[in-house]
Amino acid sequence: MQARGGNFDEMFDEAGNTRPAYAEYCRWFAEQPPELMRRKNREADDTFRRTGITFNVYGENEAEERLIPFDMVPRIITASEWRRLSRGIEQRVRALNSFLYDLYHRQEIVRAGRLPERLLRGNDAWLANMVGFTPPGGIYTHIVGIDLVRTGPDEFFVLEDNARTPSGVSYMLENRETMMGMFPDLFSRIGVESVSNYPRRLARSLAACVPPAFTGGKPTVAVLTPGIFNSAYFEHAFLADQMGAELVEGSDLRVTEGRVQMRTTRGYKPIDVLYRRVDDEFLDPLTFNPDSVLGVPGIMDVYRSGGITIANAPGTGVADDKAIYSFMPEIVEFYTGERPLLPNVQTWRCADKDSLAYVLDNLAELVVKEVHGSGGYGMLIGPTSSKREIAAFREKLVAKPENYIAQPTLALSTCPIYTAKGLAPRHLDLRPFVLVSPEGIDITPGGLTRVALKKGSLVVNSSQGGGTKDTWVLKD
Amino acid sequence: MLGRTANGLFWMFRYLERAENTARLLEAALRMALTRDVVTAEAEWRSVIATLGLQSAYQAAHDSYDGTAVWNFVLRGPSNPGNVRAMFAGARSNARESRINISSDVWEAVNENWMRIDRLLARPVGQTMVGEVLAAIRRAGTQVHGAFDGSILRDEGYHFARAGTFIERADSTARILDMKYFILLPSLSYVGSSLDTGQWEQVLRSVAGARVYSWLNAGQIEARGIVEFVVLDDRFPRSLAFCRNALRDCLGALARTHGVEGSAVALMREADTRISHLTVDQIFEQGLHEFLVDFLARNNAIARAIAEDYRFHA
Repeated sequence: MQARGGNFDEMFDEAGNTRPAYAEYCRWFAEQPPELMRRKNREADDTFRRTGITFNVYGENEAEERLIPFDMVPRIITASEWRRLSRGIEQRVRALNSFLYDLYHRQEIVRAGRLPERLLRGNDAWLANMVGFTPPGGIYTHIVGIDLVRTGPDEFFVLEDNARTPSGVSYMLENRETMMGMFPDLFSRIGVESVSNYPRRLARSLAACVPPAFTGGKPTVAVLTPGIFNSAYFEHAFLADQMGAELVEGSDLRVTEGRVQMRTTRGYKPIDVLYRRVDDEFLDPLTFNPDSVLGVPGIMDVYRSGGITIANAPGTGVADDKAIYSFMPEIVEFYTGERPLLPNVQTWRCADKDSLAYVLDNLAELVVKEVHGSGGYGMLIGPTSSKREIAAFREKLVAKPENYIAQPTLALSTCPIYTAKGLAPRHLDLRPFVLVSPEGIDITPGGLTRVALKKGSLVVNSSQGGGTKDTWVLKD
Repeated sequence: MLGRTANGLFWMFRYLERAENTARLLEAALRMALTRDVVTAEAEWRSVIATLGLQSAYQAAHDSYDGTAVWNFVLRGPSNPGNVRAMFAGARSNARESRINISSDVWEAVNENWMRIDRLLARPVGQTMVGEVLAAIRRAGTQVHGAFDGSILRDEGYHFARAGTFIERADSTARILDMKYFILLPSLSYVGSSLDTGQWEQVLRSVAGARVYSWLNAGQIEARGIVEFVVLDDRFPRSLAFCRNALRDCLGALARTHGVEGSAVALMREADTRISHLTVDQIFEQGLHEFLVDFLARNNAIARAIAEDYRFHA
């Protein structure tokens, strides 16, 4: 069990001593017979296959469902580290929501000269028909995932904001269930904050955002999924099931009497709050993509006239744009009047001439991302790319510089994973999940830890072969 | 419950039932083929294909009715889109559609069995494996029904699932009976002769009723008794009478839950007035084939009416 030089390892310090957060876990681990751990590791895979916790990968033939590999070594965060993180996350999410409200109303931040207007005009996720409209409760981002990376004992950075449709929360929940099933003794020895009430908190949070047309009683909440072939269908079904909400598809819905209604065995029934896992552009064929069969014709009219709450609100994707991200420190200050508690990763906007020149000179050391990209697609990781890959990327970058931002290649922290040869350090990140409602901001203690499974790899995305770990926040 | 989900439950159980019945049919044919001469064996395999309504698709792909060719075609043939492998994929995909209306126990039973059977059917099934494969298919249904009975809320979802089961089972039993009677025994004079005992026994095997029939009738195999047993004996869970009673209960429960009787109930009543109090002699008198054709048409009409009444489709 050796720490690797260079990066911050979350389990071991430079001298190879166990850090306090992992002390009790490592004592427990040392007591386990190696053969038992090997068997448990095999069992974990079977458990996930049997329960059908799979995701679909686009562009793969035949193998339509795959497992996200699960690593059985937990990622552990102390109570004091978590308190610091939560304060930073809450501040950032509050700012994001105020920012979105402002963008679709008076645009004070643009008037104040703190954000260039071209960032809005050039943003694909900007929705003109959200202008002047205030969603129920004033909430835009009901569910947010903030991607964090760590580079040192006290150095946490926000890598990405996911305000549109953050996914992965079902893995946070199932990873914990799997760990508790596999190692019950571990949980009786170590106090870990529970994550299991997330679906209840989500249900309560959504129910607190009923639209003006709500007629009283128990609000009807439904989850809108693109269907069983979507990569995150398992998660959609899982959340609907756990919340006691209906799981609907576009073909189940229609607009009548000013409401969006779902086809039940007893006839059509109005929906109050729709947790949609369908992108904006597919939501309403009358307003957006006319070819979409995933959405509901007319839902945007119902929304604007107060007949339904859509979570997250259409148009929130503006905030996920990586060019907007580069302004987050200014955005946080502008709306909260405070210094950001969680720093951004240094970011060069290739739209700026000077930045572009710097980026082109240093491509081999930088990570370059598309401003609208996600899922680890369409990016360049300089240090691990070949000369030819870099040259090809340079052409794309020069052709459309405003489409890219660049960041330094961070010395991401590592945490060991279980391998056939023992524990081995791998890079990871963290996505905590945040719920926003008129009642407040609610952060579940834990989140989704994504881990690169290949030695030295910095790419943790599940679509690119990354795995996940159970994430523990220790009790005080 | 969403109409689409109700449809998902209904079809998930139809597919499971269909797979199980197909496995029983193949098991019975396999047994007959092993104990009889080549000509009888070939006729038996031909009748399996005919019972399943696959003649033209099969003949397009094969010249002769050889056992290995037939069971591979039925279980996994690429030119047979309704093969058993596809039935399991259909059952599982309907279970995924209805995921929030079934328990984890039921979902896991469907998912695990799908994984096992999909793997078993990924490659051609040879002589040495076929018994094991058919047994696994049969057990899949049993496991899902077991998980279902022990964990599902008795609300409308339960009744849609059972309606699917009994519509499909009645369809299967009626087809098997009709095929033996219509194709293998073209003339009524065969009925009751000692020559056809084997064929009638085959009907019993295909509906998993051989042992219990033999026990009830002290080993006497004769056509009249078997038809009476498979059509009218409401103690036997694969008989037409049993399926019909179970379906009537489902429709009644759905009507009570919804506070309204749909068109399926009316069709059910109409069908009941035609066949209740029928004796086996009356059935033979009107013609078993005519009786079965009428039964199948009504069974299908009830299935369509359920889909209509409960808004399975937009």
